[in-house]
Amino acid sequence: MFSYILRRVLATVPVMVIVAIFVFLLLRLTPGDPAAILAGDAATPAQLERIRDNLGLNDPLHVQFFTWTGQMLQGDLGTSLISNTSVAGMIGDRLGPTINIAVMTIVISVLLAVPMGVIAAWRHRTWVDFAVMSFSVLGFSVPVFVIGYVLIQIFAIELRWVPVQGYASPTKGLGDFFVRAILPSLTLATIYVALIARMTRASMLEVLGEDYIRTARAKGVRENTVLFRHALRNAAVPILTIIGTGFALLISGVVVTESVFNIPGIGRLTVDAILARDYPVIQAMILLTAGIYVLVNLLVDISYSFFDPRIRY
Amino acid sequence: MTDHSSSGQSAFQPLLRVLSLPGAVRLGPGPVLAALMLVLIVLAALLAPLYVPYDPLSMDALARLKPPSEAHLLGTDQYGRDIFSRVMTGGRVSLLIGVGAAVVSVAIGLAIGLVAGFFRTADGIIMRIMDSLMAIPAILLAIALVALNGPSLHSVILAITIPEVPRVVRLVRSVVLSAREEPYVEAAIALGSSMPKILIQHLMPNTLAPLIVQGTYICASAILIEAILSFLGAGVSTEIPTWGNIMAEGRTFFQIKPGLIFWPGVMLSLCILSINLLGDTARDLLDPRLKKREA
Repeated sequence: MFSYILRRVLATVPVMVIVAIFVFLLLRLTPGDPAAILAGDAATPAQLERIRDNLGLNDPLHVQFFTWTGQMLQGDLGTSLISNTSVAGMIGDRLGPTINIAVMTIVISVLLAVPMGVIAAWRHRTWVDFAVMSFSVLGFSVPVFVIGYVLIQIFAIELRWVPVQGYASPTKGLGDFFVRAILPSLTLATIYVALIARMTRASMLEVLGEDYIRTARAKGVRENTVLFRHALRNAAVPILTIIGTGFALLISGVVVTESVFNIPGIGRLTVDAILARDYPVIQAMILLTAGIYVLVNLLVDISYSFFDPRIRY
Repeated sequence: MTDHSSSGQSAFQPLLRVLSLPGAVRLGPGPVLAALMLVLIVLAALLAPLYVPYDPLSMDALARLKPPSEAHLLGTDQYGRDIFSRVMTGGRVSLLIGVGAAVVSVAIGLAIGLVAGFFRTADGIIMRIMDSLMAIPAILLAIALVALNGPSLHSVILAITIPEVPRVVRLVRSVVLSAREEPYVEAAIALGSSMPKILIQHLMPNTLAPLIVQGTYICASAILIEAILSFLGAGVSTEIPTWGNIMAEGRTFFQIKPGLIFWPGVMLSLCILSINLLGDTARDLLDPRLKKREA
């Protein structure tokens, strides 16, 4: 077990190294001179040269890469070209809203999607199954921001149940946080629910055909117990996997949802940075999101044996 | 798929059968409706210049934010442009990007996947690079690429393509890995067929059926990502009406004119929905194993 975890952790190293090389090259090899952007239109060639020197842009590419990686590994994410403050600080300030919304989304998604998938598989080929599958296909097809605006139109403008946009920190009152976070979370949850419900249904369908399910029913185990203790636990591995790989969808969704609902999170920070070509912030954010994705999938892989004792390493 | 190297053809038999009328009836109403809807959307977009009442770009200062009327079926936007004409014309670029991204990513992914699946030495390196690309969220990668390369049609297609390539590579590689153990491939190697011939003539046909399915899904997801890119201000230039651009410009006036987001959103969703449904149908038809499991 321990050696498996160790091997699995080590396997993430090359992935992150390649991501780092890719991010580094992406920004260095595309047209557009960061020094020119930083200096503005009125800069003289001498000023540009000085800025390039300060940023290390005149060093050979591999020297730049190792300096940059060294700084990253020490937790120094650089300084924003636009606001001139530390990137780590900027991300730290914006992390709270995003994490709160993301956690709420995952909780809502799992609580909705897993029962939906289980019931759809249990009542296979009935209207319930059809409804769940229709919702799932629809969830994949309607863009996140359209869902966001439709929810705003219904619940904020027509019914006036919640404010249209904005964010309030949960530390300043849970009620205030909740009314502002519920629409963004539901918006983000739609595609995640679609994904998880679909996988839960498929995985449950397979397990429900197994002999041990028939045995459990034959010996008179209550249907609830059959579904949730016998079947769901055996169907858990693919569901967990999809929750992990779907995390990328969640990160992408965060970027859009924060723009729709005007939430000051890291998604907005990233979009603003990309549009302003704020290189250090873009690099840090792509690395950070890739790192989170790799970490989540690592945890998911390791948790398999917890949910399915047949898996031994 | 064990008998001979032309198995690619037999894999399409189910798909071809549906094209006949009795086949379509057996399929049920869902896929038929989806196909009809898609044909309508594509025709409406392609023929838009012939029937839309206004130039989608012409502004009219006297008719700003007008409600729907006989003159303007869906009203006008903040510049007095006709929303109906814009939404209908907007589909052209969105569909072009969808198809373009699907074709390019399938082509690149196929080439890399064939190499990764067949040559053990290249496999490790290629797959690590693909894993790394997949770790970067597609939307972030795409907006970064567009922001850096400029908002041209080419750069948007490229930006949507790059994050999709690893998914195609994985698929092609897995098909090649199992197909290369087949006797007909061993026979071809023993007979001394050239490497390109083995790859293209014996291995590639196996990948076609799954690639059609995957290409359909990529097309749907590309249209979706294009809309998101435009919406975030990192898509094709705002002078070109696309569904995403119309919605992006409508954001500020959403509360007084929800139609600016609603109508392009409906067209976009219907389009993606029909492509996804057709993808599901193709998958069910082309993968008999799946069908058996469902039944």
